[in-house]
Amino acid sequence: MINFEYAQPRTEAEAVEFLQSHGGQTAVLAGGTDLFNLLRSDLIAPKRVVDIKRIDSLKGIQQVSDGLLIGAATTLDEILASPLLSPYHSLRQIADAHHSMQIQAMGTVGGDLCHLPNCWYFRNGYGLLGTVNGESLAADGRNQFHAIFGNRGPAMFVSASRFAPALIAWGAKVRLVGPAPDQVELMPLEYFYVNPKTDKQSVTVLQPGQFVTHVWLPAVEPTSPVEQLSAAYEVLQLEGLDWPLASAAVTLGVSAGIVREAQVVLGHVAPTPWVSLDAATVLMGREVTVELAESAAEAAVAHATPLSENDYKVSIARAAVKRAILKAVDMLNV
Amino acid sequence: MAERKFGWGSRKDNALIGKDIQRIDGVVKCSGKAKYTADFATPGTLIARLLTCKHAHAKLSALDLAIVEKMPGVKAWHQFKEIGAEIKWDGELIAAVAAERADQAEDAIKALEKVVKYEVLEHFVDEADKAGAEAAKRLQKLGRNARSEANKDDVDAGVKKAFADAKVVHKGTYGIVTISHMCLEPHGTHAEWKGDDLDIHMSTQAVSTTPAQFAEGLEIEMSNVTVTADYEGGGFGSKFAAEEWGLATAKMAKQAGKPVRLMLDRATELKVAGTRPSGFAEISIGAAADGTIVAWDSVHWGTAGIAGGGVDVTKLPYVFDFPNRISQQYGLMCNTGPNKAWRAPPHPQLCALTMTAMDDVAAKLGMDSYDLFLKNLSAVTNGREAVYADQMRIAAKEIDWKAKWHKHGDTKGPVKRGLGMALHTWGGGAGACKCTVKIHPDGSVESFVGSQDIGTGTRTVISIVLAETFGLPITGVKVNLGSSKYPASAPSGGSITVGGVSGAHRRAAQTALWQIFDKVQVKYGLESTDGLNAKDGSILNGGDKVCTWKEACSLLGKMPLEVEGTGPKDDKLTSAVVGGVQMADVSVDTETGIVRVHKFVSVQDCGLIIDELTARSQVTGALTMGIAYSLSEERIMDNKTGRYINSDLQNYKLPRIGDIGELVAIMYQPDSEYNRGVIGLGEPPVISPGACLSNAVANAIGVRVPVIPLTPKRVLDALKGARA
Repeated sequence: MINFEYAQPRTEAEAVEFLQSHGGQTAVLAGGTDLFNLLRSDLIAPKRVVDIKRIDSLKGIQQVSDGLLIGAATTLDEILASPLLSPYHSLRQIADAHHSMQIQAMGTVGGDLCHLPNCWYFRNGYGLLGTVNGESLAADGRNQFHAIFGNRGPAMFVSASRFAPALIAWGAKVRLVGPAPDQVELMPLEYFYVNPKTDKQSVTVLQPGQFVTHVWLPAVEPTSPVEQLSAAYEVLQLEGLDWPLASAAVTLGVSAGIVREAQVVLGHVAPTPWVSLDAATVLMGREVTVELAESAAEAAVAHATPLSENDYKVSIARAAVKRAILKAVDMLNV
Repeated sequence: MAERKFGWGSRKDNALIGKDIQRIDGVVKCSGKAKYTADFATPGTLIARLLTCKHAHAKLSALDLAIVEKMPGVKAWHQFKEIGAEIKWDGELIAAVAAERADQAEDAIKALEKVVKYEVLEHFVDEADKAGAEAAKRLQKLGRNARSEANKDDVDAGVKKAFADAKVVHKGTYGIVTISHMCLEPHGTHAEWKGDDLDIHMSTQAVSTTPAQFAEGLEIEMSNVTVTADYEGGGFGSKFAAEEWGLATAKMAKQAGKPVRLMLDRATELKVAGTRPSGFAEISIGAAADGTIVAWDSVHWGTAGIAGGGVDVTKLPYVFDFPNRISQQYGLMCNTGPNKAWRAPPHPQLCALTMTAMDDVAAKLGMDSYDLFLKNLSAVTNGREAVYADQMRIAAKEIDWKAKWHKHGDTKGPVKRGLGMALHTWGGGAGACKCTVKIHPDGSVESFVGSQDIGTGTRTVISIVLAETFGLPITGVKVNLGSSKYPASAPSGGSITVGGVSGAHRRAAQTALWQIFDKVQVKYGLESTDGLNAKDGSILNGGDKVCTWKEACSLLGKMPLEVEGTGPKDDKLTSAVVGGVQMADVSVDTETGIVRVHKFVSVQDCGLIIDELTARSQVTGALTMGIAYSLSEERIMDNKTGRYINSDLQNYKLPRIGDIGELVAIMYQPDSEYNRGVIGLGEPPVISPGACLSNAVANAIGVRVPVIPLTPKRVLDALKGARA
């Protein structure tokens, strides 16, 4: 770890200012559960670390006119405890599935969304794309935990965020501030992620000096005739702290037993969260049954492009989609 | 007077031996008062960091440590490899720097990383790839071990005939990958010079033999070295040596004139601190219609690192031997970290290869696996056929085998349940031990032994033996161990410690007690000492109190009584050779490949048990470790870069408490076992889990997952292969 400056802003504007110096060679510190590993491994070497935990507006969950705003520095424990989030089952399920008191106490929503890939080639110093002499190590190397979708470009890693699939399925947006002092942007979370084509790119659209302040969630109307159901299913090899082998999140709008709206998003299968319109289409206008969930799951993985060692992940992704759908309608029985 | 004989006495008279007794050092460990090597920081202690090589095979072509000499805080440095030296695996140690603060040492290492240069050479790291190794000239043809009862003159012909005559012949491929040593406490050393004397604190399994290694490496006299190991977080076979990093620590301490502490970081620990060799095999078994195995033919290969080697051919098949058999071993010379004895070497691999193949014979015959193992017990080589049969009966009752058993693969639904079993053996005879037991005239008792408690409960066991012998509470004796200045004892490895220390301490204690009895006889005018007994803090004569323990000890005069105990001896205090049977009930999610352990039963003998609680803890620890290497733990080498690509605790997957399931440790100790005396227990229960869990998974899904650990990938790949 190299020495760095440490800044502790109290406002978003201060944070933007602090992040802009050193030509943007700065890093955001929230819970630190990923950042410290990156620093200690010298995978990143920021000149300044900007700690956003003291910015009050970034903490906690608040109701706004058209939904909820989750501050980027909100911890997983706060997600679990918030009554405002009780209609958003999939989010709580993700927070709970971390199975680690330490991560739940320290880890934040913003940190999860910006978590860099766990690809072991990246983490061992071969760059974001994991290359030697321009050749991908994962392409036909040790790729058992790598992508089965979106892997026809140079990136083979899987997106590390555990919340992103569920949030995208909910139609969440991210609020970004910076790099210009007054610049504020609200964008669908789906478009926040980038499948990088070069080592210079990152996994999100964030520019130097820009950071995530909030996640916006649309309101769930309890009186709406269309019931909003959701679930997430993460396939975890270990019962303790472990990264999913694959995951799926679904949000269903159900009216009189019929699916009227459906979003299906897979996680840990591609360099970005992976939206499956095919699976959603299968569900639309139908009543959820085990057979329908299986059909949707099959549609979700039909176009998978597994690498040399990760064909098994297709089966796991299929199971995750099926189970997330069944879980959402309370029919899961495994 | 009746002849005085060493012995353990009647089971029913024991106040402490065989009871559930908590560790006497449990509170200091749990409260953080116990000091481990990483806690040693005598004034001025420098912190050292390591420069390691990131190539699997290379020559060191440039490195100049002079650049660190003027760096802030740097006080000492050490170069492990000379320019031109060959580096043979990822993680090899190149240099070390000791500085006043850790970050200063890290800065120095970073500076060295910028200037070190290597000439990169061809590497080979794929331990399963026998053909690839042959092509790369990395294959060793090693031993062949054959016999035939059918034709003693022409063994090959005899084995061939036995296969031809067999009712069924099963052929299969099996494997168990390399794992790394993963002690909770990594390797490390704190070294401090006091004049010519060197004080070493280190996590070691061998306080009595390590000073010689430091003396030789540093060219000083052995008497100048003191090795201390008060508390340790495991050894498992990886901590017998001073190690190059230990010697470097002492050299840097000399250079700096200050104490130095060097602990391996986890990645380096995984890469260089020792591995358990892999084993892969093609096995053919011929069996009669009733399941009796008549023929065995195996070719196995694996690696213990650059040395090749692998799993000893003379021990395959394991526990059983069959009337006609051939086994042939190959070794793969891989650019991977070196082997170190890993808990019961190499029995877990032997067991995994042998008993999964046997279980597949049962599946092929449509037999209950239990019946096949039972049928073949006459072929066990350790003479414990009847004990195994009894242990199988007990384990089967505990896991409800007969009710839950189904034919392999015969279940419905995506999550399938299955049962598996395996059995094992180990020696565990007493190791060499010398101790001093000292009884003071005020009745206080202390002992000294150059053994060590590597986390197994050795302190507690010695305390129980002494307290039982003298009729004192366990708090009435003070055990001193973990120093090379105490009477020399064997390293703690191979399950030899409990027999070694309990035998020696019992002998010393009984000898001391008899001398006290003699004084009591004179003082109290007794006709004989035959009826004397020490119990509940008193000396009794035929059940009547003669005097208190303290009164008896006061007869010693002004000087303490010091008695030396040694062992092992042929006096039935200790013995060797144990067996155990394990059965597991698992479920396999055939959509995700995830295996969950519901219940895991171990029935294990180990002769006379000193502390039932500690014994069961050994077993549950072994089952936990077994679940790790059976389901998730593995070293993954990257063929392209030659690197140990998962050398971190995120990807080197170890189970958490939720992955363990219900563990049942049944200690098998009928009088026939009690009367054998003490036998070691550390290794045996870690042997069977691989085969046992693999067999349970095969029973659940009807398909053998050939290679251990049984990860979701391997389970799903096997299922897909079976469907294809």
